[in-house]
Amino acid sequence: MLSALTEFSAELRAAGIPVSMVEVMDAGDALRHVDLGDREGVRAALAATMVKNARHQRAFDTAFDVFFGLRSAPGAGEQENGTGGAGPPAAGGAGGGGELDELLDALVGALSAGDTERLRDLVRHAVDRLSGFQAGRPVGGRYYLYRVMHRLDAERLRRRLLEVALADAGEDDLAARLAAERASDQIDRLRREVQEEILRRLVEDRGVEAVARTLRVPLVEDIDLMHATREELDEITARVMPLARKLASRLAARRRHGRKGRLDVRRTIRRSLAHGGALVDPKWRPRRITKPELVLLCDVSGSMATFARFTMQLTYAIGHQFSNVRAFAFIDGIDEVTEFFGPGTDFTEAMGRMSAEARLVRRDGHSDYGSALNGFASRYPDAVTPRSTVIVTGDARNNYRETGSEVVAAIADRARTLHWLNPEAARYWDTGDSIMATYAPLCDGVHEVRTLRQLEAFVERIALAPRSARQVRRLT
Amino acid sequence: MPWTNAADAAAALRSVGYLPDDRTAQVAFLAERLSKPILAEGPAGVGKTALALAVAAATGHRLVRLQCYEGLDEAKALYEWNYHKQLLRLQTDEGRRWDELEGDIFTEDFLLTRPLLEAIRSPEPVVLLIDEVDRVEVETEALLLEVLDAFQVTIPELGTMTAATRPFVVLTSNNTRELSEALKRRCLFLHVDYPSVERERAILLSRVEGLSEELAARIAEVVRSIRRVAVRKAPSVSESIDWARTLLALAVDHVDGAITADTLHVLLKYQTDIDKVTRELELTPSGEG
Repeated sequence: MLSALTEFSAELRAAGIPVSMVEVMDAGDALRHVDLGDREGVRAALAATMVKNARHQRAFDTAFDVFFGLRSAPGAGEQENGTGGAGPPAAGGAGGGGELDELLDALVGALSAGDTERLRDLVRHAVDRLSGFQAGRPVGGRYYLYRVMHRLDAERLRRRLLEVALADAGEDDLAARLAAERASDQIDRLRREVQEEILRRLVEDRGVEAVARTLRVPLVEDIDLMHATREELDEITARVMPLARKLASRLAARRRHGRKGRLDVRRTIRRSLAHGGALVDPKWRPRRITKPELVLLCDVSGSMATFARFTMQLTYAIGHQFSNVRAFAFIDGIDEVTEFFGPGTDFTEAMGRMSAEARLVRRDGHSDYGSALNGFASRYPDAVTPRSTVIVTGDARNNYRETGSEVVAAIADRARTLHWLNPEAARYWDTGDSIMATYAPLCDGVHEVRTLRQLEAFVERIALAPRSARQVRRLT
Repeated sequence: MPWTNAADAAAALRSVGYLPDDRTAQVAFLAERLSKPILAEGPAGVGKTALALAVAAATGHRLVRLQCYEGLDEAKALYEWNYHKQLLRLQTDEGRRWDELEGDIFTEDFLLTRPLLEAIRSPEPVVLLIDEVDRVEVETEALLLEVLDAFQVTIPELGTMTAATRPFVVLTSNNTRELSEALKRRCLFLHVDYPSVERERAILLSRVEGLSEELAARIAEVVRSIRRVAVRKAPSVSESIDWARTLLALAVDHVDGAITADTLHVLLKYQTDIDKVTRELELTPSGEG
């Protein structure tokens, strides 16, 4: 067991989950109190001791399924010839259309009734018949999953499940919607079971390590924001809100730290009267509060589409946490979008309003930093104040147009700090029409932010670099 | 206590009205067995705090609660000397020598115990709930480490106090910030999410008297459906319980779109959320339909 545990923790680390020595030992301790035959119990024990971040749960589950997923297949011997007790009724024929229909019927029954045992039997059978599994073939599980789900005709299956669900439900619209959701859930359930079954076979075929390696997916925080899929974006989105909260609290931190200012002699002496003149209860003058402000300038042009969505999400999240935010979006024109993303708004709606109402395009709809920045300087001259933290997000790909660097310099001079977030890999900066180097010396910091992890690091670091630091850097 | 396995823990928790899922039961059992704190993390209103209350009720132990907030410090979490009392004591004793006095005023009589110390000093076992630990600053977190690690508190004037019996510790976090590695390493991590439809139904049935099975199932499904809409504040379990009570008070026996639309404000706390859900679930309030 111990060696299995060390191997497992090595796999977790390889998948990017930090697992310390102590945690492995805790896991070992925990396993001594757990019934090892109870797979879910073991999973819970290991997860509680080794995974300390909800974000890593999925990667953990995948690794766990590979390592400890070999649920002893009932009648493993019988499976060799494809039939046996596990099959659906009258599963004799060699994959004719009629047999598939029967399988579908049985699946609908098992899913609707929530009969796990029966479902697993059926899934095993379906994978036997439909996956075209070939031992030793180095394809990933996804290919087999696709094949099985395709041949089962998931869409038709969903419709049939919906019929069953609807029959139970009442007449009204709400019932119909609930039934549809139930049907989708059941299809998801089926997909998970099929996936697990395929995984089990892959592990049997190719061994734990090989499978674990192919299944390793990047953690949410390592997904490239520019090329994230829809699904990944959703997951990223869920992480943005806490991050914005953190950013807001970082910016506000200075207010709270050093709440105690200078000694307030008058009030201290006044208080001391209660203790017979002993100065046991010193009173402090409150510090003067400087309210930090945040100004966001976001490039939302086509080349930035995915990233722009993400930055606007961040803007939206910050807007809900932090009152002094002004957000501007630009392509070749610039417009203020603060009110779209302010408190009490809805993100999807805000995005819609931004593209419909904000005047971001003045000419051809290609990035033009010069025009946008000059527009910013002339139309919003008072947006940036000495208290402002300015964050520009953009790839600095300017289509060989005017740079507007003098505006950036002016902003940098006026603002407390100016940070530039670039979603491109640093090695591509200043290639082609990217003019990052023009802006970089003007900013307090230029950060490559391609992943959530990098954004987090930025938020950690933004702990308000003192103004003087930049002035020194400018001189050099 | 002591529980022999997870099923045992689950049964004990269930007997006091808390319905744990398998994972929660397993973690609670392990926490007791390994004397390790539980760090329960998840959205607001899914029963993280209730878990601690339930453990206390199930074991019959006293609950000591430390509510965290920004600016919580040692004096509020651990202990504080009662300056005023010490001062009075000094004044009544005028004329005595200092070394006599010093021994006098730094004794337990002058100690104000705060929740952490109280949990440590308690002669009988207690359940210590450290609520919303993500609200304290990172620096303050360090304060907890000695307590969670060795279950002891060091007071310079008195020495180190070690717990007579190990308290059962539950920390909760709404995940507004990342907790320190050091803290996480010392805890069993439990991510608590919204319950599944089946579990929510069971929770509703156990918490709301007079609710029919059918209505409970329906409520659980509707609430789950609402949670899937990207709202600012998804309805928590306590809100779905409130909703069930509301429906019951209105003598509703079948939840349809109109009744949901009319009572949505029980579940959702922002007008934008209410509008959005009404739109996405295509609900029509009874007045308009």
